[in-house]
Amino acid sequence: MSLKIVVLAKQVPDTRNVGPDAMTPEGTVNRAALPAVFNPEDLNALEQALRLKEQFPGSTISVVTMGLPKSAEVIREALYRGADEGYVITDRCLGGADTLATSYTLSQAIRKIGAFDIILGGRQAIDGDTAQVGPQIAEKLGLTQVTYAEEILKLDPVAKKIVIKRHIDGGVETVEAPLPLVVTVNGSAAPCRPRNAKRVMKYKNATAPAERTPEQVDAMAEMLAKKPYLNITQWGAAEIDADPAQIGKTGSPTNVKAVKNIVFKAKESRTMTDSDADVEGLIVELLESNTIG
Amino acid sequence: MNNVFVYCEIEGNTVADVSLELLTKGRKLANTLGVQLECICAGYNLGDVEKQVMPYGVDKVHIFDAEGLFPYTSNPHTALVVNLFKEEQPQICLMGATVIGRDLGPRVSSSLHSGLTADCTQLEIGDFEMNVKNAEGEMVKKQYTQQLYQIRPAFGGNIVATIVNPEHRPQMATVREGVMKKEILDANYKGEVVKHDVAKYVPETEYVVKVLDRHIEKAKHNLKGASIIVSGGYGMGSREGFDMLFELAKELHAEVGASRAAVDAGFADHDRQIGQTGVTVRPKVYIACGISGQIQHIAGMQDAGIIISINNDPNAPINTIADYVINGTVEEVVPKMIKYYKKNSK
Repeated sequence: MSLKIVVLAKQVPDTRNVGPDAMTPEGTVNRAALPAVFNPEDLNALEQALRLKEQFPGSTISVVTMGLPKSAEVIREALYRGADEGYVITDRCLGGADTLATSYTLSQAIRKIGAFDIILGGRQAIDGDTAQVGPQIAEKLGLTQVTYAEEILKLDPVAKKIVIKRHIDGGVETVEAPLPLVVTVNGSAAPCRPRNAKRVMKYKNATAPAERTPEQVDAMAEMLAKKPYLNITQWGAAEIDADPAQIGKTGSPTNVKAVKNIVFKAKESRTMTDSDADVEGLIVELLESNTIG
Repeated sequence: MNNVFVYCEIEGNTVADVSLELLTKGRKLANTLGVQLECICAGYNLGDVEKQVMPYGVDKVHIFDAEGLFPYTSNPHTALVVNLFKEEQPQICLMGATVIGRDLGPRVSSSLHSGLTADCTQLEIGDFEMNVKNAEGEMVKKQYTQQLYQIRPAFGGNIVATIVNPEHRPQMATVREGVMKKEILDANYKGEVVKHDVAKYVPETEYVVKVLDRHIEKAKHNLKGASIIVSGGYGMGSREGFDMLFELAKELHAEVGASRAAVDAGFADHDRQIGQTGVTVRPKVYIACGISGQIQHIAGMQDAGIIISINNDPNAPINTIADYVINGTVEEVVPKMIKYYKKNSK
């Protein structure tokens, strides 16, 4: 029995390491200084997919991302690690989408890809930290969901059932759910395996049409005739039959009214050294004021 | 109709603190709007669960009590919330930004096509105007009054965004535990109790996920209620590095917290994380050891009474909000603090 697996991936600015150079002198975020990365928890999801593929030979992994043309980088990264094919959903009219419009768009893309047994994605993306797109896709496709997944313990393709260990507040839970379904995976799940050198050689020239410069088009057409797997499928809103009222900014119920940079009010602070006298002085002061004790 | 709703999270038959905090906030929002506060309690063998929520000023408690509603699974709870909301048409719905709230909220919002804002740190009512397209397709200014401002940090906590959803109801938001304050309004507050026929709201076909096994551990610490917190960052260097923080915490009767960087590096357990994506704390004293002070961390501890920063980088951002800055390595300073505390405390 082989499985059809869909993995949701997102390219995100790396907000984890917002260093001094990532802030402008005015204290605003310098987005250009933040590298674009594979959303970390989506890599954990990819690893779960790769394990299923090992367990059920002949299974295929399709990776789907929505974003700018350059987000095809995450598709290549997934191909290097063992995914079989990729889809970039990119279109100007998809810009400004909130989680609901995003989940609608991705659910339309998944419908177009066709039959699947399981959809895996990271629990949340580090740019928004909302954890909403996975459950919303499940709802749009009429599927159930298992969020905060830690490990797939068992999958029975005949009975169409899956057993998953997941985190809950203050504990863990093991659940059994029917296939197909949506599973979102935690960052504490098994880390993704590294790139495979042979696959890097095989897929390094894989591109989505929007990534190709006019000069590359002819050479690429020639290469694709021999190696069709180097094409990363690119779809716009029309290709996935998206309802214009449900995509992009128009399809987003939430609006950003205001954005402000956080500036913490600096306090009057007392600076001291690590000398015995200074540390003891501080402890004595805190004890005398009953702050500690 | 058009009231404020809170989805109450229930473990066994105990309502979670985060839900009681949201009822407190919900009561205030309802007062501002001049509407009622209602809540949903769904589970199994709930007993007189209404007694736990009523003192927070709940005007109507919707009870769904049936086998299969506990432990929580996504589909049945989504069905009952969605079907109840179709009847009741709430204008605001609040949920905890917990595993359950973050599983349920998005499904409900998708089903009702309403906007949902995750992990809000402030909720306010206000007016604004926005450019919208009129029937002729021209952009015109439209006024909106008494809308829910959903205020949340974004972009790793480096900016704060105010989100509104003017054209869709309910306006949905999740809030983390500890962000809002829980306050009893009136111990004798009397609201209405409605016990719903669960089968009318949840078709049998929705019970698709089976919980085979479940372990809830009692929290190993009480970070939220601690009056002193000793917290470590990436600068602690290792899990072993945290040992001295536990030692200092033991002396001070304090709890040990950690920054996201320290947790991500595996130096401390996830449940000790303080910050926007962890616990929000308001201790009397906060001792930050080797924490640089990314905004996402500061967001979760800036309301501490006294902040002491120990850092060998004099320019660490956390120093700007600290009351005391000790320039030095944690390896030097923390043992000295233990030593001089022992010497001077009695």
